[in-house]
Amino acid sequence: MSNIETLVKNLVEKHGKTRNSLMPVLQGVVKEERYLSEDAMIIVAKELDLSAAEVYGTASFYTFLDTVPRGKNIVRICKTISCHMKGKDEIIEALENAMKIKVGETTHDNKFTLLTANCLGWCHKGPVMLVNDVVFPELTPEKALEVIQDYVKNSK
Amino acid sequence: MENKTLKKIDLIFADYTSSKYKVLEKVLEKTPDEIINEIIDSGLKGRGGAGFPTGLKWKFTKNEDNPVKYVICNADEGEPGTFKDREILERVFRKVLSGMATCGYAIGAKEGYIYLRGEYLYLVPELEKEIEYFDEFAKKLNLDFRIFLRMGSGAYICGEESALFESMEGKRGEPRNKPPYPTVSGYNQCPTVINNVETFATVQIICKIGSEEFKKLGTSDSRGSKLFSVSGDTPTPGIYELELGMPLTDFVDNYGDGDTKAVQVGGASGFCVPRKHLKDTIIGFEGIPTGGSMMIFNSSRSMYNVLHDYLEFFNEESCGQCTPCRVGCQQLLKGIESVKKGERKPQYLDELKKLASTMKIAAKCGLGQSVANPFNSIVDNFREEIIY
Ligand SMILES: Cc1cc2nc3c(=O)[nH]c(=O)nc-3n(C[C@H](O)[C@H](O)[C@H](O)COP(=O)(O)O)c2cc1C
Ligand code: SF4
Ligand code: FES
Repeated sequence: MSNIETLVKNLVEKHGKTRNSLMPVLQGVVKEERYLSEDAMIIVAKELDLSAAEVYGTASFYTFLDTVPRGKNIVRICKTISCHMKGKDEIIEALENAMKIKVGETTHDNKFTLLTANCLGWCHKGPVMLVNDVVFPELTPEKALEVIQDYVKNSK
Repeated sequence: MENKTLKKIDLIFADYTSSKYKVLEKVLEKTPDEIINEIIDSGLKGRGGAGFPTGLKWKFTKNEDNPVKYVICNADEGEPGTFKDREILERVFRKVLSGMATCGYAIGAKEGYIYLRGEYLYLVPELEKEIEYFDEFAKKLNLDFRIFLRMGSGAYICGEESALFESMEGKRGEPRNKPPYPTVSGYNQCPTVINNVETFATVQIICKIGSEEFKKLGTSDSRGSKLFSVSGDTPTPGIYELELGMPLTDFVDNYGDGDTKAVQVGGASGFCVPRKHLKDTIIGFEGIPTGGSMMIFNSSRSMYNVLHDYLEFFNEESCGQCTPCRVGCQQLLKGIESVKKGERKPQYLDELKKLASTMKIAAKCGLGQSVANPFNSIVDNFREEIIY
């Protein structure tokens, strides 16, 4: 059995073999793999007795259920109004320069994918970003770079 | 009209006895009807934005003849400028669980779900611990009600109740036609009460202090106090609990930076109030209701940029299911861009306003229906800034 097959089987066992488990199962795969490959979606479909099209239909709706490969760490910078007013553009610029990629791209070493997101629920402490599921509020360009450096150094 | 002024309140985050569910224990001595009547009597309206009377929602669901019913806590908090639900979950989660259990007992539901936005994944370990503790406690009380946590995956539209049910059923988060309403057919097509995080926390407060005490706050249309998420051009951004029914001027005097040009009340889908209307705008269901988002803009801000941001937001978050919203959002965004660039005459803005008003009637759900709120209020009040 492939790794993904084992992973999906375990998730289905945990959440139950019903359509209602589709989101938790897909979320579980993304947590480990960072994205949903075609193979992964076909296996999920098989395990939950759904068509692959149904699984893809659901997956492709959700921003956090990526169906294209992503780097090991996903950085999402809030671009909504309150963070915009507090300088999210400078944060994005600093990270783009440091990582040598544009928003939407993944670094060559596959370490980081840089994305923007809509309001992350920290508007009083903007600008803010998520790295995977960790939140970093009250950013300055320097602080944002430090966070990224930390991920590089500690091979996270 | 009742004359209220700004008054800070401390109920939601106060008195957090971290050890026991004392209030819940007391509540369970009452009958379901007594509880529902108390909530109806309190005048509590939903804190998620739409403001439907909570007690009535519970009553309708209770009256449905179906052995399976659900309680759902809407923790999808995606409205730009809102962050109070996260704070409630972090600081006084037991009040929410207590409110949900009160609801479950009152309507006869055995299962409750919390739908938490994917962006708040870091809250999960703490929340799960608390839910486990709740389970044990419910067992001790012989309360047949269990609570489960489900996650969203980064879609604002899943805060819309019927899209939320679809998402929990493993589908695309596309809103359903209404009616039927959730009280008749919600999650798994069963009668469902869905309330906002703050609504459940407020239920716990009403159960504790009684509806009489609660009613002393606010106005006849807007009972009680609620949390406000304050951001933008303010020296004191943060979360504040205020009595409902205050004039917006009071709010700006307290939280503005002295140079306030406009306040966006209710997030991207809310209304923009310019300085000249601050005095005659009441914050509450008789004036402008809000889920709590208050974004303050000072005179250095371009209202074109503000509107542009909101329209980009709606473009990205529209589920795309119905044409008025999918195409309408695109055309509004393109429209103001072309007016700004001078490719279109300023009068084109009036065409766009008509389009926004059509969306209000023709769109399938609250997202498309409310785009006209920011659009028309910003274009009407800041026309020059959009054009030049
Ligand atoms: C586009 C859209 C997004 C919404 N997002 C939320 C949300 O994030 N949280 C919330 O409580 N209600 C949200 N609502 C309102 C819900 O549909 C529903 O009315 C609410 O959860 C009911 O709870 P309440 O009566 O306690 O406010 C949204 C509505 C729409 C149309
Ligand atoms: S109004 Fe917009 S979000 Fe709502 S159903 Fe239509 S396309 Fe989807
Ligand atoms: S606007 Fe950035 S967190 Fe809300």
